[in-house]
Amino acid sequence: MAIVRLRGQLEKLAGSSELTIEGGTVTEVLKALEQEHQGLDGWILDERGVLRRHINVFVNGEPAEPDGAVEEKDKLEILPAISGG
Amino acid sequence: MTELLVGTRKGLFVLEGEPVAAFEITTRAFVGEPVDYAMRDPRTGRLYAAVTSPFWGPRIWFTDGAPGGEDWQPARGVALPKGGKEALKRIWVIVAGEADGVIYAGGDPGVLFESRDDGETWALNSALWEHPTRPRWRRDSGGLSVHSIVPWPGEPDRLALAISAAGVWLTEDGGASWSHGNEGIVADYLPEEARANAIDLCVHHLERAPLRPERLFMQFHGGVYRSDDAGRSWADIAAGLPHDFGFPVVLDPADPDSAYVIPVTTEDRVTDGRVVVWETRDAGATWMPRDRGLPQHNAWLSVLRQSFAATGSGAGLELYFGATSGEIVGSGDAGASWFGVATRLPAIASVRAG
Repeated sequence: MAIVRLRGQLEKLAGSSELTIEGGTVTEVLKALEQEHQGLDGWILDERGVLRRHINVFVNGEPAEPDGAVEEKDKLEILPAISGG
Repeated sequence: MTELLVGTRKGLFVLEGEPVAAFEITTRAFVGEPVDYAMRDPRTGRLYAAVTSPFWGPRIWFTDGAPGGEDWQPARGVALPKGGKEALKRIWVIVAGEADGVIYAGGDPGVLFESRDDGETWALNSALWEHPTRPRWRRDSGGLSVHSIVPWPGEPDRLALAISAAGVWLTEDGGASWSHGNEGIVADYLPEEARANAIDLCVHHLERAPLRPERLFMQFHGGVYRSDDAGRSWADIAAGLPHDFGFPVVLDPADPDSAYVIPVTTEDRVTDGRVVVWETRDAGATWMPRDRGLPQHNAWLSVLRQSFAATGSGAGLELYFGATSGEIVGSGDAGASWFGVATRLPAIASVRAG
């Protein structure tokens, strides 16, 4: 099980800042997260199952791709990307 | 006291005032987020906002509390079917239906949602989503948007909506089936040979005259039209206007012969240095300029399709429009004179008055 850390709006919707979620890749973990916590449904992945464009996922502090591997006790953080102009 | 709900690129602004002078900004909500549309259901007082977060995607929020409070809740079900090839991009409009608890929302990509519990949960209208002509619908620069939804007063099963760019759609069975209402619309942006059976018609806005519901007015992408047969066929009524291009249209609910438009140039889609609202009181046979109090020099405003609103009726009709340059102008006398409501807001996407 991976450890998923949430902040801000996602923490509010999930009712927790830290959750343990099953999954072998980043996308699998995110899909399971949204399924287990219906309040998060559609917030991180869109209807196609694609990670929303301006969201970054880090695994153990390193930027991760959607198909990146997730190991037991890895720590995932889901954060809004830097934006502005 | 009049309330204006103003959706902007940087949040929802609530303004309050009397229709004679500048309004007070009483609330900001969704600070920094694009608020594409906001409305208050007059039946329940519930407030709705369509917010397209650049991070978390498009969503409808609702509250029964103060607009600046912590009671905003995200609605459920405002999404396309999972596992498909498309994702919801934006909610363009939210409209109170005729039946108790019914609310409609239109969005991109050309979708209609319906709620039967005052906006808490929503369902996609599958007949429109799966319509066999959908592959022929065309995106315009703003997307593929259901932006106008016009219920029929007292008849919950009858509805018209407009899609840019897929024309006018009509249902008489509560959305179980849809038919085109495009006869008479001329798309001069298409080759002549392609116009007869065109479905990719770029309707900019649609309104229904509540006292004569078979009558609708339309601002088209080059043309202003009226229908007297519930939207099945259309007659061009733009003669007399300085430009036939524009985005919004509003009506006086007390007068089915009335309409107001804000013409802009075809080339750059802004007012041509002067801001003039044009009014008809004879169903489009003639148009009268209404510019008293409006800027008449070096004024190049862009007023988007959801940014012109009316409340009240008759001689006391109040009109308000907002520009992408962040100013709002209002009239408390049906357009006879205008006053400044607000300036220096973020780019305005929608204005609703009540």
